[in-house]
Amino acid sequence: MSSATTSKSNGRYDAIVIGGGHNGLVAAAYLARAGKKVVVLERRPLVGGAAVTEEVVPGFKFSVFSYVVSLLRPEIIRDLDLPAHGLQILPLESTVTPLDHGDYLAGWSDADETRREIARHSPRDAEAASRFGHLMHHMAMAVKPILGMVPPDPASLAPSDLRGLMKLGGHFRSLGADRFHALYKLMTMSSADYLDEWYEFDPLKATKSASGIIGTFLGPRSPGSAYVLLHHYMGEIDGAFRAWGFQKGGTGAISESISRAAQSFGAEVRTDAAVARVLVQGGRTTGVALANGDELSAPIVVSGLDPRRTFVDLVESKELPEDLVSSIANFRFRGSSGKVNLALDALPNFSFLKDNGGYRSPLMANALRGAVSISPSVQYLERAYDDAKYGEFSRNPYMDIVIPSMIDPGMAPPGKHVMSIFVQYAPYKLNGGWTDEKREAFGDAVIDTLERYAPNIRSIIRHRQVLTPADIERITGLSEGNIFQGELALHQLFFLRPAPAWAKYRTPVKGYWQCGAGTHPGGGIMGASGRLAALEILARGA
Amino acid sequence: MLKTTPFHPRTAPLVRAQTWRRWAGHQVASAYDPHPEREYAAVRNAAALFDVSPLYKYLIRGRDAARLLDRMVTRDVTKCAVGQVLYTPWCDAHGKVIDDGTVSRLDDATYRLTSAEPNMRWLAMNAVGMDVTIEDVSARTGALALQGPLSRTILQQLTPADLGKLKYFRLVQTTMHDIPVTISRTGYTGDLGYEIWVDAERAVPLWDALMACGEGFGITPAGIWALDLARIEAGLVMLDVDYFSAHHALIEDQKSFPDEINLAWTVNLDKGPYNGRRALRKARTGKQAWAFVGIEVNWESLERLYAARGLPPHLPNVAWRASAPVYRDGEQIGYATSGCWSPLLKRSLALAHLQAPHYEPGTRVEIEVTVEHHREQADAVVRKLPFYDPERKRA
Repeated sequence: MSSATTSKSNGRYDAIVIGGGHNGLVAAAYLARAGKKVVVLERRPLVGGAAVTEEVVPGFKFSVFSYVVSLLRPEIIRDLDLPAHGLQILPLESTVTPLDHGDYLAGWSDADETRREIARHSPRDAEAASRFGHLMHHMAMAVKPILGMVPPDPASLAPSDLRGLMKLGGHFRSLGADRFHALYKLMTMSSADYLDEWYEFDPLKATKSASGIIGTFLGPRSPGSAYVLLHHYMGEIDGAFRAWGFQKGGTGAISESISRAAQSFGAEVRTDAAVARVLVQGGRTTGVALANGDELSAPIVVSGLDPRRTFVDLVESKELPEDLVSSIANFRFRGSSGKVNLALDALPNFSFLKDNGGYRSPLMANALRGAVSISPSVQYLERAYDDAKYGEFSRNPYMDIVIPSMIDPGMAPPGKHVMSIFVQYAPYKLNGGWTDEKREAFGDAVIDTLERYAPNIRSIIRHRQVLTPADIERITGLSEGNIFQGELALHQLFFLRPAPAWAKYRTPVKGYWQCGAGTHPGGGIMGASGRLAALEILARGA
Repeated sequence: MLKTTPFHPRTAPLVRAQTWRRWAGHQVASAYDPHPEREYAAVRNAAALFDVSPLYKYLIRGRDAARLLDRMVTRDVTKCAVGQVLYTPWCDAHGKVIDDGTVSRLDDATYRLTSAEPNMRWLAMNAVGMDVTIEDVSARTGALALQGPLSRTILQQLTPADLGKLKYFRLVQTTMHDIPVTISRTGYTGDLGYEIWVDAERAVPLWDALMACGEGFGITPAGIWALDLARIEAGLVMLDVDYFSAHHALIEDQKSFPDEINLAWTVNLDKGPYNGRRALRKARTGKQAWAFVGIEVNWESLERLYAARGLPPHLPNVAWRASAPVYRDGEQIGYATSGCWSPLLKRSLALAHLQAPHYEPGTRVEIEVTVEHHREQADAVVRKLPFYDPERKRA
């Protein structure tokens, strides 16, 4: 194992990874583990990209952007021994959807308690929920192998592509007709329509369909949104592994654990090291030029940035075939979400918690250790989308709220709290563009909406951090503030992510590779793109 | 009817799924939530509050108190300073373990012995001719274990004693919220943690004070399921699960030398005579026949076994306590006695008794697992205990 200090002394590496987001770090760790001399170059003073923890107000730690972990691949956790480097995932056990007049819909960690709760609203739905979960289990099992494979190109006759396609074909045939049809519907329908076939209680449909719209410029009634529901269940089949929840210390601590693992294998991680461009000679990369003018050389350069940055900002278009240039130009980012992080002096008094001074149920005492979903009806979500469709942020947005300090007391001083609010919709292309005033107005819309369910919220806010898609782009570099490095829409998945014929982490520039969430299988703190890219680089050489 | 502990008025309303279990004739919570995830997480992330009152507790007083205990246990009690705690097993004349527990020196001539089983008779038999009184204070002493990285922070708010200076396996007699208590830096989780010993009559106010003060620090009442996960990660042996008392064993094979249950470090062969010393000395002259070690089950292997049945790996969220044969190249070389999926380490762990020469760390073995009604063998590797040993435990 070469130490980070010795490798610092000269500017030649086996591989340079651009961007210290979690995928870049994962790729670096796998390359270093295989004996490569690797350096990670991160523009910001801290690693993590969109998975960072920052102490915005003294004593209050925010998972500024990405805030929970669900899909981090178990094989990465094992291969890199992340628990030894600080990975510690704490349970996030429930979701409560507040309804009018203090009523609520809750999903608890215990199946019986959840069934009883749903039955309170609809006995039929309570039974449907268990059948639905059963089907989703099978659907997720059907899709899961795809997450771990390099996408074969259906237009290619190369033996490896044909083998991949045959494997895939065999896999889908093994599902049987019923499940294949169910999967096809899931791939093509809207989440609202799909859920209509299963459920009658509207807030339940709304809360479930919300997971189909996260990070995507679609409404619950837009075709294609049903597929994203499935991503939600993907984490559950790894249920035994229990990698779903809240990272101790916030999502930045996940990035740090991967960074430490990479360094334990000998990788060097440099922060405040922005890359200006990738150096190309005769169709082959020779290294990178940093923004400060320094040059580092390596036969392999791996970009963890999104496809626009990878193909437009870092290399000149003359190095790329025209069809790729136009595919990337058409790749949809369309950031649709924002984030509001609050430092709180006390807990919010959500009206569903208490009745006549006491908890409404013994379970409610734990409710704020889980998520709160502002998704009272499908129509509510669709209206929120309508605003965005016409270039405005939602006046009453969908929100996914967690209070990390309830789970990890280290996130805030004793008795104080931090609240993370994922907010949708906030279109990147806002009418008139995002300004400081618009940002605050967006923040106000969030607080106004929240106040309906937690009347004391305004009085307990010590600090408010509002992040629009424009802010997300400015701070993290994610184009148009899309949290997945490009929408998880069907036409941008698998062998089309990010572009036809270039979905296997390779680029037209020899030695230049891509490993971000803009490649298969995409977003979330999953790490799969970084791992698959590194394995592909190691298998195919530069 | 089972006895309840002094904290029962507070614990009972919290046991949401009525998941009670028996422990030394008492009823205690397996978990307060239906599942132990959150309670376990508190052990490694914040602070978990366990009611450990069912432990047997004896006060041993008098001129010969040290002599009695030193005659009984394998560690050197004559070197135990006031304020020190020793973890130790004790053996029969053949060197086979009867029980294990702690010896705390409360003052010059007063010791407290804790144990898993009743030991009054054994103490009395060993005390023949000694100037000593033995008192069973089990019922009138409540005991709590506050375990986890924030346990010190919480306790420090309630006590004038300087806990920053209280070292691992030391105790202090002080007050908490004006209630007289003994705080020992001990526990059964392998984490930073303390045990608090209180007069049963003051138990409830102590609980209330802790819960009120700990609220901002994530204090979480936790049951035996969570404790069991933590103690397996910490590689701590459990009577009646991982080994049997020589007093109850029906056959020789059910008995263990301390060395055979990973307690070789507690055996002092140089101190004065004590129960089993001669046998232990003799045993040390030969090769150790059995060892108590860690086993880590290979995940990929487990995944393959489940995939062959069309299933994703299924692991229970509580520890298992059953005997699972361990093989090497088809020959049975031992058996695992408890195990769990470690939520922290993300590994499938077991504690096992293995025969020489198969117990060296790194040895590849196979462990029996039942997958969808079929007995299978999963690949596994022998590990040194403990699996998890954070610096904060001693720091």
